[in-house]
Order: sequence, then structure tokens, then C-alpha cells
Amino acid sequence: MHIIEAGNVAAAMGVKLAGVQVVAAYPITPQTPLTEKLSELVDSREMDAQYIPVESEHSALSVCIAASSAGSRAFTATSANGLLYMNEQLHWAAGARLPIVMCVVNRGIGAPWTVWNDHQDAMSQRDTGWIQIYCCDHQQIIDTVIQAFAIAETVRAPVMVCYDGYILSHTYMPFDIPEQADVEKFLPAFTPDWALNPQCPANLNTVTLPEPRADVRGNTAPGYMEIRHNLHTDLRRTIDVTADTDAKFKDVFGRGGQPFIESYFCDDAEQVVVCMGSLSYQMRDVVDELRKEGVSVGVCGLRLYRPFPDRAVAEALSGRKNVFVFEKALSYGYEGPLFSDIKAALYGTENLPKIRNFILGLGGREIRTRALYEAVKTACSENQSKPHDPDFIGLKL
Amino acid sequence: MNDVKNPGNSGNDSKKQEKFACRTSHSEPGPGDGGRTGSWRVLRPVIDLDKCIPAKRNKAACFNCWLYCPDGVITKTIPPTIDYEYCKGCEICAEECPADAITMVEETLILMEEK
Amino acid sequence: MATKKTTILNLPEEEYVHPGNRACAGCGLSIVYKTGLKALGRDSILVVPPSCLTVLQGLYPIAATQLPCLNVTFASTAAAATGVLAAMRAQKRPDVQVAAWAGDGGTSDIGLQALSGACERGEDFIFICYDNEAYMNTGVQRSGTTPQHVLTTTTPFTGKHQRKKDVPAIIAAHGIDYVATASAAYPLDFYDKVVKAKSIPGPKYIHVHTPCPAGWGFSPRYTVKIGRMAVETGLFDLYEREKGQFRLTGASEKMLDKKRKPVADYFATQNRFKGMDAEKIRVLQAEVDEKWAAYEKVAQGIC
Repeated sequence: MHIIEAGNVAAAMGVKLAGVQVVAAYPITPQTPLTEKLSELVDSREMDAQYIPVESEHSALSVCIAASSAGSRAFTATSANGLLYMNEQLHWAAGARLPIVMCVVNRGIGAPWTVWNDHQDAMSQRDTGWIQIYCCDHQQIIDTVIQAFAIAETVRAPVMVCYDGYILSHTYMPFDIPEQADVEKFLPAFTPDWALNPQCPANLNTVTLPEPRADVRGNTAPGYMEIRHNLHTDLRRTIDVTADTDAKFKDVFGRGGQPFIESYFCDDAEQVVVCMGSLSYQMRDVVDELRKEGVSVGVCGLRLYRPFPDRAVAEALSGRKNVFVFEKALSYGYEGPLFSDIKAALYGTENLPKIRNFILGLGGREIRTRALYEAVKTACSENQSKPHDPDFIGLKL
Repeated sequence: MNDVKNPGNSGNDSKKQEKFACRTSHSEPGPGDGGRTGSWRVLRPVIDLDKCIPAKRNKAACFNCWLYCPDGVITKTIPPTIDYEYCKGCEICAEECPADAITMVEETLILMEEK
Repeated sequence: MATKKTTILNLPEEEYVHPGNRACAGCGLSIVYKTGLKALGRDSILVVPPSCLTVLQGLYPIAATQLPCLNVTFASTAAAATGVLAAMRAQKRPDVQVAAWAGDGGTSDIGLQALSGACERGEDFIFICYDNEAYMNTGVQRSGTTPQHVLTTTTPFTGKHQRKKDVPAIIAAHGIDYVATASAAYPLDFYDKVVKAKSIPGPKYIHVHTPCPAGWGFSPRYTVKIGRMAVETGLFDLYEREKGQFRLTGASEKMLDKKRKPVADYFATQNRFKGMDAEKIRVLQAEVDEKWAAYEKVAQGIC
């Protein structure tokens, strides 16, 4: 069914189709309409789920952690400071290996207060062990929410589905709502590992010693480091799982095919712009304009951010003349986090491109296509590598 | 659509146990997490069956020692018995016995006797 | 409705906690926990934040508790219980009893927000706070329920300046149907309260006074005796508030119109009260007397 609706509604429809059983809800701009839509769906019985209006974001993820541990498919959503408030629970959900899916409607972080879009919220949580996928339009939002549960339940790790606050969450676009029957074909019922069950009692997430130790039967049980190492290896294999899930989704729904990077005019591009989220689609207008002027440029929209698909990135970027990384986040005092990740992925490859970092859009600072065009054009003609000290676009004072 | 068919049922399947054992820390119930906590004792509680009320009457009565033992190492039997493998020697049973039937004896003395 | 009284003879024998765990010798929580689990029964799921109970339950991979337990972060106990309940409803498993067990810190300080939210939402669970009156698991730091003048590692010389936070009153103000207090020294009274709580829908809160030999500074032998003394002096009272109706229970009920032991006797038994002096004792005795005078008025039907 085709519909024209807001990005937050696309997300809510995805949650409904995925058969989520427990939704934890706490409002925060610009996620709130997602939460409201879910409450409408549950209250009108269009969706059969437990809707829990919690008293904080920390509790929102706590509810999901517990519900997932007890064997139910769980979901919540948040932005910015809400995401940060649940930070310890992010680490917990990943360490507890729970296939929770959460929409992060990207918004800048205080202080000072901002309600407008940038990527600092989710990107600052890149080390928590959550899978992070960035969406570029509403179709991707609804599709990714559905895929997220499939990925999460295959590897047993939680997934953040990120999309830009206001730019995607509140704007209206046409998109297709998949058929419930097709979603059920694609996404099987959730079978938990260790669900809390009086018939088979276990004590979950107990204090774990640094060293391995004998269990009640005399077998050796792992220490903390083994358990965490397994999270790491399972996240590395998530890169392939993401590709497999995307392929399977394409089989059923006819959409997808670029699980890690969405490339636009990159085949022969000497210059490649790398960015994430809606910015990568805006960048396509810049590419079109510059191509008319004979500039050999393309844009790679990175979709999977964590685990970082380093080999795919290296393959896409090595051998280019220039790589320009545009991002809406900053590791303060240093450089953009995506820039660091890309440099790391390129380390050890032959034919290193010249590389530059551009920070923009912080706290929702408007990103004009004209300004992007100027920046890319100038960077192309300057043809300089600037591997440190990012440039800022759009500063006014 | 999302029925949980066999939640957490891996206790019986040792292969599944191994596969999941490393995903997260989940502990199985069993005694002795703190080791042989009987080794903590300096004093050992000893029940004088001539004074112990249920023992004397040969019927269910009193059982204060069973009720108040923090570690559950005293049985609700006639007479009550103490599991010295895990008794920590806290002395609560001796204090709460209304018949003064429990004496705390130096553990070292008992160990010497056993030799 | 008066609580049906269980006796030692008919208290179930079946144990739900394995011995050989890491609780201190003479731990008051151990008495509370083993008794409470007998009341909760096998068809239960427990939620436990960082606390002495986390340690008692054991380190991976051995668990002292024979029931399914979810360890959770410090602030999230009641929210986690909410999540378990939501999953039980979603899976159509309404008979599973969900019980949260938290210490005083995890209830009255860091855990209060989540507990308040769960009470406001009317979650169908039992929240048991074992109150050993400090952050004992981390080595005896003061908490919101540490009584006034008590010495702890963070109130080492002049003692705690503030009064004990009245958590049952805060929870009662949420209008839930069952709020009760209990004590490790009166396990049968506690057992009956848990059994009653199971039969009441919605949130239930039980606040259990839990003597701690290591943290309070007394020989483990006297855990139960000291717990009794707290009640016999009228410092800690056993009561129920069922649908708003207040009633003293057990040993506290028996103390109406009778002479109470002087609070000074209680303070003399524990090193943590070394900072007490005659004036402080006089003030506290007067407060206890005033509180009990009010109880006596309520009992006589005078408001």
C-alpha cells in the first residue's frame, strides 16, 4: 500500500509490521510523533502490543531489556539527551545480547540545548556494541526497522535505526507499506536464547569474574573478557549478516541491494564525497551540478555505520584522487568520528586518496546545497590532503 | 505470530548450552558459590539432644534454629541437623534456641578430636 | 482484613536458596530472602539491582537462587520488573509472580524514580526493599534510609545529620493498595505479608528492616535479637496499609498500651551509634513516644 506520511509514521508502521510485543514510550523532540503514532495503533487495537508509558528514557530501555530477557520482541525510540540518559543501558543491552531495536531520531545534544538535527547523539554511542544503520528516506526507515529485527535476532545484538530529526522525521514523503503476510515470511517469530522461565531457572547478567571459573557441573565457564570478545566477533560477522538480510529483503520486497554504501556516480569518480543520512541524498544534487561542469565526482552514502564495514569502505574509496568526508558530528578537540573510521579503513591499502573532513549542520545549522556545492568544488580544485584539523561549513561568526 | 515456544529451555540440551554459554553470563542454581563456607567457622554449633525441644518430645515443635538460620543449613527434622559443610558459625541458632540446647564449640578443638 | 498467621510448624520446609553463598555470617538479608522466596513460590521471576543480594545470589556461573532472576542496573529495578510483566502479558503467562528485591539505596535513592513510575502505572508486582540502612554492598556508605546520627564511612565522625527517609510513606502516597513494613527478626510476619501481597492486584510494597552485623557493628549472633529490639523500642514498626487502612501487626500490635524498651538500649548494642549522646537520645526517645501516642489514638479510633 502506498502512502504519503511523515518519517516518524513510517517508523511506527515498521514497528507494527514487525510484530513488536512490548513498546516502551517516552516523549522527546523530534521522536515524539513516533511514540504518539504507536500509542494510537495500540489503543485502537490495530497493533497487539503492550505499550508502557515509562517515566524516563533510562526506564524505557530498562523495560525493553527486561521484556526481551523474558522472551518478547521489544522496541523503543528516542533522540539526543534521551539516548544519553539511557547510555548505561545501551552498554547493558549489548552485553546482555538482547535483540532490541530502537529508532534514534537524530538530534543535537545539550549543552547548550538544541532540538534540531545533527548526528552527535547516535555517533557518540558508537562504542556501545549496538549496530547502527542510517536511513536516507522514509522508505528506508520502514524497511530498515523491519530488517533491524531480522539482523538483531540473528546475531543477538541490539540495533539502532537512525534517521534525521525534522528533515526526515517530520517531512512527508511517499513510501510503500509492505504487506503483513510478506513481513511474516521475511521475519520469523522471535526465539530467545535464555528467557526468564520458572521451568528452567537461570540468573542472568550475574557478576562475572575476570578469570574463567567452574560451573555447577564442573565445566569451565568463561570470564568477562571471553563473553565480551564474543560480542565483538558476533558484531564483526554482522557485516555479512546485514548483507544477507538485505539480499533476502530484496527477494521478498524488491528493494535494497546496497547494504553498506549507497553509491551515486561513483564508478569512475576521481573525487568521492562520503556522508550519512539525508545529507547523502542532498549531496546528489551537488554531484549532478558538478558533473555538468565536468568535475569527476560521486557520493557514497554510508548506511551501516556500526559495525564499521571497513573492507567495503576501503574498496569503495581506495585509488580515488580525493575523498571528502562530510559529517554532522565531532569528536571534540579532534575530528569527525566518521573521518577517523575512514582513515583507519584506508590504512594499509595501496593508492591512498587525499582526504579532507568537513563538519557541518551542528545543532541543525542549515545546510544549503549551494554551500555544499561551493565546498566540494573548491576542495576538488584545491586538491590538497588535509588529514587533520577538520573544516567547518556554515559557521556565521 | 510471536509465540515464544520454548523459552529458555536449553537446560536439557548441552550442545545448545555450550553455544549460548558465551553469549551472556547466566548462572545455574547450585550450592557453594562462595566455596566451602563451613571453612569460615571459628565456632561450631552443637545441638544437645537432651535439651533440644523437638528431640526431647520426639515431635514437631520449636524449630527456631531452622527458622532463623540465615544459610538454611539446619533441617526441620526431629532432631534438627546441621550441615557443617556450609554452616558459617554465625551463632544465631545458639542465641535463638529457647532451651539453650546449642553450644558454640571451638572449631579447632573439634578438628583436633577428629584427628 | 487481618493477616492469616503462619506458624513455624506450618511454614513450608522447601528451600529456594542454596547454601554456601557469599552472604556474611549472620546476614539479616539471608533470613529475609529465604523466607520471602518461600512465600513467592516457584512460579516467580525476580529482578535484582546491584546490592548485597547480587553477591548473595552469586557470581557467574553459579547461582544461589533457585528461581529465574534478572540482574539489572541500579536505577532500573522497578522499570525492569515492568518489562518482565509486559512480556508475561504479551505471552499470556499471567500466573507468573514478578518480584523485585532491592536494598535501601536501590529503592529510596537511585531507584526511587523507577519505583514511583511503576506505582503510578499500577504494575502488578511486589517490590521488596530490604533496608539495612546504608549502602552495605559497597562498604557501609550512608543512604537515604540511614537513621539520624549513625556513623557510616561517609558520615564517619559527626554521623548522619539528616533523618531517615520514610519510604513506605512515600510509596503509600501513590495510592497503591498494599504497603507494609516487616523485619528480619519476625520472619513469619514477613512471610504472611508476602503471601497476602500475592493475592492483591497492582503494585505492592514491603519494606523490611534488615540488621547487618558487619555494617551496624555487632556480633552476628545478635542479628535477630537486635532486629527484635528495633521493634520493641518502637523505632521500627510492623504495619500494613491495605487500601489506605492502617494497622499495626505482630509484635508492634502487641505493644500498644504497653511499655516499650528504651531506645538507648537499642543504640547501645551497635557500634554505628557510637556518636549518640544523652541529648540526642532524649530527642529520639521523645519522637518515638510521640509517634506511638499517635498510634494509640488511631487504635482508639481518635483521629
